[in-house]
Amino acid sequence: MRGRNGLFKYVVQMKARVTVTLKSGILDPQGKAIEGALRSLGVDGIASVRQGKVFDIELPDVDRAKAEATLREAADKLLANTVIENYRVEVVS
Amino acid sequence: MKAAVLVFPGINRERDMARALRLVSGREPAMVWHAETALPPGTDLVVVPGGFSYGDYLRCGAIAARSPVMDAVRAFAADGGLVLGVCNGFQILCESGLLPGVLMRNARLKFICHDVHLRVERSDTPFTRGYNAGQVIRVPVAHGEGNYAADEDTIRRLEGDGRVLYRYCSATGEIGDMHNINGAAQSIAGIVNEGGNVLGMMPHPENHVEDIMGRTDGRGLFAGLVAHLDKAA
Repeated sequence: MRGRNGLFKYVVQMKARVTVTLKSGILDPQGKAIEGALRSLGVDGIASVRQGKVFDIELPDVDRAKAEATLREAADKLLANTVIENYRVEVVS
Repeated sequence: MKAAVLVFPGINRERDMARALRLVSGREPAMVWHAETALPPGTDLVVVPGGFSYGDYLRCGAIAARSPVMDAVRAFAADGGLVLGVCNGFQILCESGLLPGVLMRNARLKFICHDVHLRVERSDTPFTRGYNAGQVIRVPVAHGEGNYAADEDTIRRLEGDGRVLYRYCSATGEIGDMHNINGAAQSIAGIVNEGGNVLGMMPHPENHVEDIMGRTDGRGLFAGLVAHLDKAA
């Protein structure tokens, strides 16, 4: 169906999460800075920190396989730079 | 020279770039909006200027790299057309797959905005023929994410094929950690693609082209491009 702005309005059926993380071996200066800040805050027992991104995505699909394929396409085409990042796709509900 | 300067939302160096191109080539460049699907007929140089396209959302240059005009630029480059990307333009070229690697957050996490020295590694390319090999030039940088990174194989290939054209250095041309402002692999400030027709660089040669700017070191890059294109014409 179309909404008032003329765009398709999807009925959300499924919630998913795409998690993007830096590949191992890629230096993460932001993670290092956070690690240092935690240490200076006195939060003990942390060996290392790597920063990543989380995308919460809603889909109209009820077909799990189709939804996962769409999410992988989204990650490959835009959400992750696969030169330096890995991603994980999970359908939450 | 018939240059086309790409314009994305959030870009802010396009007018500096147009001014430098006009000054050195004597011709007005075309300003090309990102939604265009074709370059102006007869374009012989595409310039991707600096700035903060799409507010650096997601990753620097990631969204601009996927805009319609970039398909035209990829076809133009595949045909051997000259493409110059500066600063955010370099990031966009990496994200679009026209150049290998990626520009990461500066190693010391600071936004760096001052003049730097660059060593011109060779003079036998369209992008460096206005200089001598080994010459040191001084131009400004202004970036938070200019720390060039790529896998070992890519770096080895870049070095082996002489595709590093500009490197951060001291005033007298020495390379070292002390002069590598952003932590880039091999002090890389600018590289070309395999075909040698696409250059990406973090520093801004367009900002040192007139006496009123204090220096004119950047002129050589544009003058070299003009000379190259005049010879080809």
